[in-house]
Amino acid sequence: MSAPLAIECKDISKQFPHFKLQNVNLSFEQGTVMGLVGPNGAGKSTILRIVMGLIGPDSGSIKVLGHSMPNEQLAAKRNIGFVAEDMRLYESETIAFHMDFIKSIFDSWDDEYAKTLLRRFDLNKDQKVKGMSHGQRVKATLLLALARRPNLLVFDEPTTGLDPAVRKEVLDEMMNSLQDETHSILFSSHNTLDVEQISDYITFIYGGRIIESRNKEDFMDGWRRLRLTNMNNCQLPDLSNIKDVQQSGRLCSVTVNNYDDSIPEQFTHAGLQTSSVERLTLEEIFLANVQSAKANEYKGATL
Amino acid sequence: MKFGFVFSQTDTRPMYQQIMEQITQRIAVGDWPPGTPLPSIRELAVETKVSIITVKRAYLELEREGVILTQQGKGSWVSESLDLMALQREELIQHLQQAGKLAKSLAIPEDELLQMLRKYI
Repeated sequence: MSAPLAIECKDISKQFPHFKLQNVNLSFEQGTVMGLVGPNGAGKSTILRIVMGLIGPDSGSIKVLGHSMPNEQLAAKRNIGFVAEDMRLYESETIAFHMDFIKSIFDSWDDEYAKTLLRRFDLNKDQKVKGMSHGQRVKATLLLALARRPNLLVFDEPTTGLDPAVRKEVLDEMMNSLQDETHSILFSSHNTLDVEQISDYITFIYGGRIIESRNKEDFMDGWRRLRLTNMNNCQLPDLSNIKDVQQSGRLCSVTVNNYDDSIPEQFTHAGLQTSSVERLTLEEIFLANVQSAKANEYKGATL
Repeated sequence: MKFGFVFSQTDTRPMYQQIMEQITQRIAVGDWPPGTPLPSIRELAVETKVSIITVKRAYLELEREGVILTQQGKGSWVSESLDLMALQREELIQHLQQAGKLAKSLAIPEDELLQMLRKYI
């Protein structure tokens, strides 16, 4: 028996004057964490906005916690905590004012947890927003979302611009919110370490399309770098798995996706020797994916 | 931290292997004797701030190696019939397999490999 889905996007497309989102399929079950990665302008924030019902798609369907978006967003949003970079707090008001304000709207507000978060995030509730740093503003906004204890957290770049100590506090609190199977997180980040650490699923977005979306263990397991020696200047085997080749003299390093144990043998057959097979970090996978997507674009343009 | 798991960012092994190691170490030093119930996957994930799917993978691999037992709905516990020596032996065999494979890909002859090994005994 599988858990109900936290989010289910089916084939969503949206055209903007200078950008389009194409056939986005994205889903993950409740109780898990989905991380979105991709370069600037890939469409991460747009997807999050569509999920939140802030933008309606041209085609496709979206269900969030079982509610169809944007039509049933009122019911859905009761259980979603959304934080985006461009969210503003009232400059001339204190954190306490904002806490009371959110508490008056959402009956799920947890006073004790809010106090704990103030302490963990090192915030003074009587301070006015005006005098707060970027990091303090981000933390205050996260606090307002977390203390509602929503079933789904949707965070757009929650750790951008935070120092390592605060970043850790934020990640810790994100994980703490997953105490049971009904709590889920969808977040985007440029910090690949954050995504690699806490995500159960990873979706890689490039140019408005989803390049890969799968569970993190398979995602990370699929990529390998082979270090090869090419003594006789042999031709590399023509494998669709090959995403990047760096060759200098007799040394050659090849990055592959969808790795399996037969791949080194295929290089041996082609006359090359495999000296090592290495795993990649998410950062390296990110770069390889961008590079290979760009190369495909170029190929497409020249055809 | 309740379980005191400490991970290293400079450790290049995948995280699930680091979790496996932390668990087998606790078993090896006797902190978690046979029969000890393990934390639930979600509990350990929240505690260590590592994704649920990674902790799940560590548990699956440990189960496959016979270090822990898992029963649906009851959770996991340290195997009663765990033979630590056999476990460590298995680990050594895996290292040797790796070395053998590497030697073959480097075209190092058998007797030379054995000589190399002798140096470290």
